[in-house]
Formats: sequence, structure tokens, C-alpha cells
Amino acid sequence: MEYDVVIGLEIHAELKTKTKVFCSCKNEFGAKPNANTCPVCTGMPGALPIINRHAVELCIKAGLCFGCKIAEYAVMERKNYFYPDLAKAYQISQMVHPICVGGGIELKNGKFMRLNRIHLEEDAGKLTHISRAVGTLVDYNRGGTPLIEIVTEPDFSTAEEVDEFLKRVRESLVYAGIADCKMEEGGMRCDVNLSLKPKGSLVLGTRTEMKNLNSFKSVTRAIEYEIKRQKEILDEGGKIIQETRKWDDAKGKNLSMRTKEQAQDYRYFPDPDILPISISKIDVEKIKAEMPMLPEERRKKYVAEFGLPEYDAAILTSSKYVSDYFEKCVKIFDSPKKISNWIMVDLLKLVKEQEDFVFPISEEDLCEIIKMVEEKTINKTVGLQLLDAVIKTGKKPSVLAKEMNLIVTISEEHILSLLNKLKSENAKVSEDYAKEPQKVVGFIVGYVMKNTAGKANAELVRSLISKVF
Amino acid sequence: MMKAEFDKMTVQELADGIRSQKYKSEEIVRFFAEKCEKFAKFNAIIEVFDDVFDKARKIDEKIARGEKVGKLAGVPVAIKDNILCKGKKMSCASKFMKDFVAPYSSTIVKKLESEDAIIFARTNMDEFAMGGSTENTIYGACKNAFDESRVAGGSSGGSAVAVALGLCPVAIGTDTGGSVRQPSSFNGVVGIKPTYGTVSRYGIVAFASSTDQASPITKIIEDSEFVLSILAGKDEHDMTTIDSDFEMAATKKKYTIGLCRELTEKIKTLPEYPHFKAALGKMKQEGFGFVEVSVPHILNSLACYYILTPAEAASNLARFDGVKYTSRSASARTLEEVFVKSRSEGFGKEVQRRIMLGNFVLSSGYFDAYYKKAKALQQLLKKEFAAAFEKCDCILTPTTPGEAFEIGGKIKDPLSMYLEDLFTVPASISGIPALSVPYAKGQHGLPLGLQFMGREKSEKVLYDIAKKFEGGRYGI
Repeated sequence: MEYDVVIGLEIHAELKTKTKVFCSCKNEFGAKPNANTCPVCTGMPGALPIINRHAVELCIKAGLCFGCKIAEYAVMERKNYFYPDLAKAYQISQMVHPICVGGGIELKNGKFMRLNRIHLEEDAGKLTHISRAVGTLVDYNRGGTPLIEIVTEPDFSTAEEVDEFLKRVRESLVYAGIADCKMEEGGMRCDVNLSLKPKGSLVLGTRTEMKNLNSFKSVTRAIEYEIKRQKEILDEGGKIIQETRKWDDAKGKNLSMRTKEQAQDYRYFPDPDILPISISKIDVEKIKAEMPMLPEERRKKYVAEFGLPEYDAAILTSSKYVSDYFEKCVKIFDSPKKISNWIMVDLLKLVKEQEDFVFPISEEDLCEIIKMVEEKTINKTVGLQLLDAVIKTGKKPSVLAKEMNLIVTISEEHILSLLNKLKSENAKVSEDYAKEPQKVVGFIVGYVMKNTAGKANAELVRSLISKVF
Repeated sequence: MMKAEFDKMTVQELADGIRSQKYKSEEIVRFFAEKCEKFAKFNAIIEVFDDVFDKARKIDEKIARGEKVGKLAGVPVAIKDNILCKGKKMSCASKFMKDFVAPYSSTIVKKLESEDAIIFARTNMDEFAMGGSTENTIYGACKNAFDESRVAGGSSGGSAVAVALGLCPVAIGTDTGGSVRQPSSFNGVVGIKPTYGTVSRYGIVAFASSTDQASPITKIIEDSEFVLSILAGKDEHDMTTIDSDFEMAATKKKYTIGLCRELTEKIKTLPEYPHFKAALGKMKQEGFGFVEVSVPHILNSLACYYILTPAEAASNLARFDGVKYTSRSASARTLEEVFVKSRSEGFGKEVQRRIMLGNFVLSSGYFDAYYKKAKALQQLLKKEFAAAFEKCDCILTPTTPGEAFEIGGKIKDPLSMYLEDLFTVPASISGIPALSVPYAKGQHGLPLGLQFMGREKSEKVLYDIAKKFEGGRYGI
């Protein structure tokens, strides 16, 4: 039987705040266990949460990235359940009044994937199972760090769509400085809700929820596995059980964690310790003004305004750093395609395979070199030598070019004398020039170059030819 | 002055005496510590902290050196056993928390300490502040200061009895639905539930977050006002705190007292109605105006209260789970057993009852019918009170339906125990201030309290009215 696949996502991303969402403990990854804790984030009796306004702002920013409606009134609620990593035995989250509502992302295939909401919540601590004898240890460093949860509508039908969507989400969150989205550190996590229904049917099938997807690749694999699993059950006339399944990346399959009957009743209610959040239009405008241009918009601009090929636009926007670097160069030296070539061919190979790289040359210096090459003060080969030297010494290109004797200024007189020499030695050149000048210009320039070791300015040579011939 | 009379003195008299070096803080603290020992059988005081004499000596030395000291310099202040003071035990009178040592200090303890008060002792209470008699406690039922066979009231029973017996000049209690006012009424002392948000809740074990308020229990009205002004104020650790500049332009010459129409019938059937009636008569003679006001849904307050506060309590008490600081069941083998067995063994019956009630009203399918409806009713009550206060400066009721009842009398009957809160919960649910002052003795010779409820931030008005009534000197 043919089926339609229906997929919805719940994406968690850790916000890039200095401090936790309800206390002033540091929000950092990799500290000694329980180093970043206080009475609030360890759920001591009597401790109370104070909301971190920056976390609220970052959540609003995320909403602005994806065209969400920003609520004027938002409420933090308590999600009640017991687990040792949850210090208060409730997670402060949002239910009825989230900060961001609606919005979405248009994929390359033209489909618009709708968001249901983006809300703010706190993360739980981390359990480490040591051994039977020692037991399990709890580290509350991550407890109370701020998260956003992005909940989509069930609009996806393939793993490719999900993959593109997730990458776009990550790209935007990183660009806007909202989150680092390092999946290997748990900085971005994705749960997948998936169901099948007979092709064309309007009735949704029973869905499963998959957890523990720690990389883009595992999301794709897990979706493909789950589609196959459900299909096989349905084809054999079986029924899908509504349950949560845990993905095992090593084994390449998922296993049941809990069924609907075992599902928790979270008993959500507004947290009486936290005043409702009011967000004014002015607040939103202020945050909007701080937003950088997002990658999709930049790509469009590079193609339309700068005339770059889509390939260049995609590579240049692969990180905000490269994109910002490129744009600064264009402001200094208005030659986007040339700059793009230098960055894509000559700079990116220098930082290959590195994460969080910085180009070893400033935008100003790079532009100076490109300019010299474009103005033919030096040729491209010399330009690359110069680039190398600037990186090694840190000196200015103009200074180095002189020091290294890369630019020898061949004077007008010297060029003129060479041209006169050619004219007297070779009468055929004069004859040919009189008939069809463009046919011999190249030869003449080449002659001068040969006799100046390539250091004459070709443009200058060209402009002087008519004076002699 | 003879030493034996420290227990007859007011907070301000003691503070002045210490500051002017008429008395030493150390001798005062020693006096009260000895008296606590003598009256141990009342079960009002759980422990006198062991560093109080050192602290008192240091204050005395500071004063002797001529250094500036705070407003409560050297004055011993007892705190209820649900208020955190760093390094001191705090148990909420629960087996579950019996060995817990506070890792930080509550905002109110810090405020008291910054005025150089001596955090003197912790007082008995109903477990996790749930109850109206201070019988639900691992330290033994607290006895009424006037009759050992009767209850102290609760949940701040220890604090009220300690002040009434003169075991300390002031004790801090917490009031969620009447837990300061009712025991104050039962023991002939002054108790107030301030406007919600006046006193920071940071470092006080939460029972019902949206109605919990800490406040002083004192012998006289002036002391209550004095200590409350020290506790009050916006706190960066509690988002729900408000600026505490209590509203009061100039003292009015003539106040208008409101009598709530919906409560009149109830009050008339009370055994102590003649006393209440007599008090009204006196007030009329003293020149107070009277007006009948209406708070149409006031009788629904109790139902509303017993939905909202258990709901919050169920969530607030979830952190006591046998994982971190509460005792863990010795027989727990699995994670689920750690939670279930530890909590079943650790919490007393009344606490378990409220946790179950709270989880029930929050559970899916019942949330709208109970919690949501109660929230709507709460909003309605706030509006109704605001409208009533357009016509009067305060609404007057008895604080409790009657005198302190007998120990063991209601403990088996939670519903009749809950009815004790009839007059106190409306102010709790509505967030408005309510002051209880002693005004008469009932048929068994036990104290009765009069409750003045006012609009938000009208504490000073309430104090002023209560002081004008009989000069505010009843019982002294």
C-alpha cells in the first residue's frame, strides 16, 4: 500500500546567554560538576526564580528569524514530573501563552513549513551512571540553562525536507547570535513525531515520537528507519502504538521507551513565582533593529545586487563570519566577484576543516592586494606571494610589496624607448598596426613585458602604443 | 528595673534599652533562653540557636565602642521553622526534613540581621505550614498559652505562643490562609497578613506561592508596625515583591468600618457573637462610622482557597523527593520507589492529603473545572473587595469562629478544621492586608481576635484604626 508520511518536529536549542534563565549562575559548557549552581538551580527549599530578560529577548529574536507573531503577554508555566535531574521536580516552561506563535520557513521545493510556536524553558541537569556500587551522580550545571523549543506543524513528508529545515534553523539561530547549536554538546536537539496514513487520506495515523537524535545524520537515518518500520507493521495489517521511541544510533534502530498509557500527566499551571511577561511593540522593534541580515536574505542579495552566481552566494553565506568578511571587503573595494574568487579559492583553503576560524588577513589588507592585481600593479602570481607574506609578517601589503621589490615601477620614458626600439627594429609591426591595430597590440605589450621582466603596467603600455606607432 | 520584666517589655523598649546601654543584649537573650527552657512543655520553641549569646555579646561590644547599630540591635527574634537561616537547622516540623541545614539565608533573615537583630530560636508549626492547630508536627502539639489542654492554632502556633508566653519579644510567622492571624487570635497577640508581595518569600519554604506572606507576631500593634516596616520591601530575589510604602496620607479623624452583608448571618450564629456585638457598640461610641458593604462571593473563598493552595503546594513540595536533601526511604530499590516510598514515609497525613488534592485539581480533565474556575473566582473576589473598599476604610470580622479548641478536637475532622479559616482566607485569596488584634475573652476565658481587612497597601490605615479602638492596648 502507498502511504503519505506526516512528520512534525520539536527542536530544542540552548540559548547563548551569559547566565542561566532563572538565576545568575554562569551558562557554560564543560565546567566541573555542580560548579555553576546555587540555591535556585538546585531547587533548594525557599529559592525563587527571577527571569533572565536576555533569554526572553533571544526567544523573541528567534521568533523574528522565522516570521512568528510575538506575543504581548506570555506566561511561564510549571511542567510537573519527577526525575533526579530535575531539581524542583517541575520544569519551568510555557504552555498556553508562548512568546512566539506561528511563522515558518519556505524550503527550496517551494513548500512552506509552518511553525506552531517557539517557547522559552529551562534545561534539566545531567545524570551520570557510575556503577551499581556508586550509583548515579547528578550534575546540575546544565539545570536552569535557557532553551527555546521550536515546535512545527506536521508539514514534513520526507527526511530531506527535515534535513533542509533543520539546517536552515541552525543557520539562522547561529547568524542571529541566538544559539551556537552545537549538536555534539547537546546545544541543539530534535524530537521527531512521525505517522503514516493511506495515500490521499485526510485522517492522520497514529504517531510515534522519536528522541535521542544527536546529529543531522541520525535524524535522517531515524526517519527513514521509522517510515520503514511503520510501513511494515501497517502492510501486515498491524496497528501503530502511540509511544515514545529512543533512537540507537550505533544499532541503527529505535526502541520503545514508554507508551501512551505510561505517559505523564504534566499538570501544567502558571508559575506563581514568575510574573507574566509583557512584551511591548517598542521592545520588539528594538530587538528587530539589532538583528543581522539572515543567510537566505543575504544569498538573494548577493545574486541580485552583486551579480554573483548562486554557488558563490551559498558558499559565502555558509557562515556568518565569512559572509560578514565578504561584505566588509565589498564596502572597501567594490568588486564583489573578484573578492568572492579570492575568498573562495585562496582564503577558505587556508582554514580548511577548522571550526570557528578567523581568516589570517584583515579585510583591508586583502582588498589592497586584490586592488594591486586588478590595477595590474602586480600580477596574480605575485599577488599570492604577497598574500602569503602579509600573513607571515603581518605587515601592510603596500609596505611589503616595496620591501620585496615586487613592484618595480617601469617609467613612461622607459616604455616609450622600448616601443621606439621595436618600431625601428621591426618595420612589419608598424605596417600591421596601421592596418589592424588590435591584431598586434598583444604582441607589442608582450614585447615590453618581456623586456621589463613583466613589471611594466600593461594598461600604461597599451595607452602609449598609439603615441609611437 | 528587675531582670524578670524583659518579657513585659515591647520590642521598641528593648531596642532602646540596649542601644542606650541601659541593658545588655546578652542578659536579655539569656533571660529569654532560660524562660524558653522553663516553658518547654508548651512545645512552642524547637530550639534556641547556640550562637545567640556570642552574637549578643558582639552587639553589646559594638554599642560599647560607640559604633552605629541597627534598629533591632540586640533584640532576639524567633523564626518559624520554615524560614531559612544559613547554617541553622530548618525542618518545617517534618520528619522528612528533620536534619536539613539551611545552605543560605532568607531575605527576611538578612534584613533582620542587617538591623542587628539576634536570630534567636525556631518555633513549632504545622508540618509544611499545613494546618490550623500546630498539632501536625514532629515536635509535639504546641499548647495554647492560656490553656494547655487547648491548641495553639496554626500553622504559626509556636510563634504566637512564644510571644504570648513572653519567650521572645517578637516571632516571625507565615500566613497562607490565616496561619499568623488565627494563632495570634487564639493566644491574645497581634498578627498581620500584609498585602501580598510586601514581604519577600525568598528563603521561606513555599506552601502556596501566590498567598504566602511572612510577618511579625507581637504583643502590641506598634511593634507589629515597627517590625513589619523592617521586613517589607522589594527584593531582587522575589519577582512578586512590591514597593512597601504603605498607603496613608494623613491619619483620618473618622474612619468608616464596613460590615460584610454576606457574613452577617454567619457571625450572628457564632457562640462569641455577643463579644463581637459589644465591640461594635464600643466602636460606635468611640466615633467610628459604620456601613454595610457587599462582597457577593466571599463565602466561596474557602472553596477557592482549598483548590488553589493545594495545587500550588503539590508542585512546591514535589522537590522534596528523596533525591537531594530529604531523607530517602531505606527500603527504596528502584528510582520510582525512591520517590514514592520516601514521600509516603516522609510526609505526614495532612501534607499528603493536600498534595493529592492539589494534583487532582491540576490533572488533565479536571483542570478547567477546578483550578481555572477557582482562578476566575479569585479575580472576581479581588474586584468585589476593591468595590467594597470604595465605601469603607476596612471590613471588620472576628478573626476565628471561636476560641481555641481542644487538642485532638478537630485533628480527625479535616473539614471542620478547614472551616476555622472561614474569616481569614478571603484576604489571603484576594492579596489584601488583614490585621488581627485581641479584643475580648470568650466563654472559656480564652482570647478572641478582631480582624481588620483593608485595601491593598493600607497596612498603616489598619494599624491606625486598631490603635484608635480601645487605644490598642488590650491584653497588655
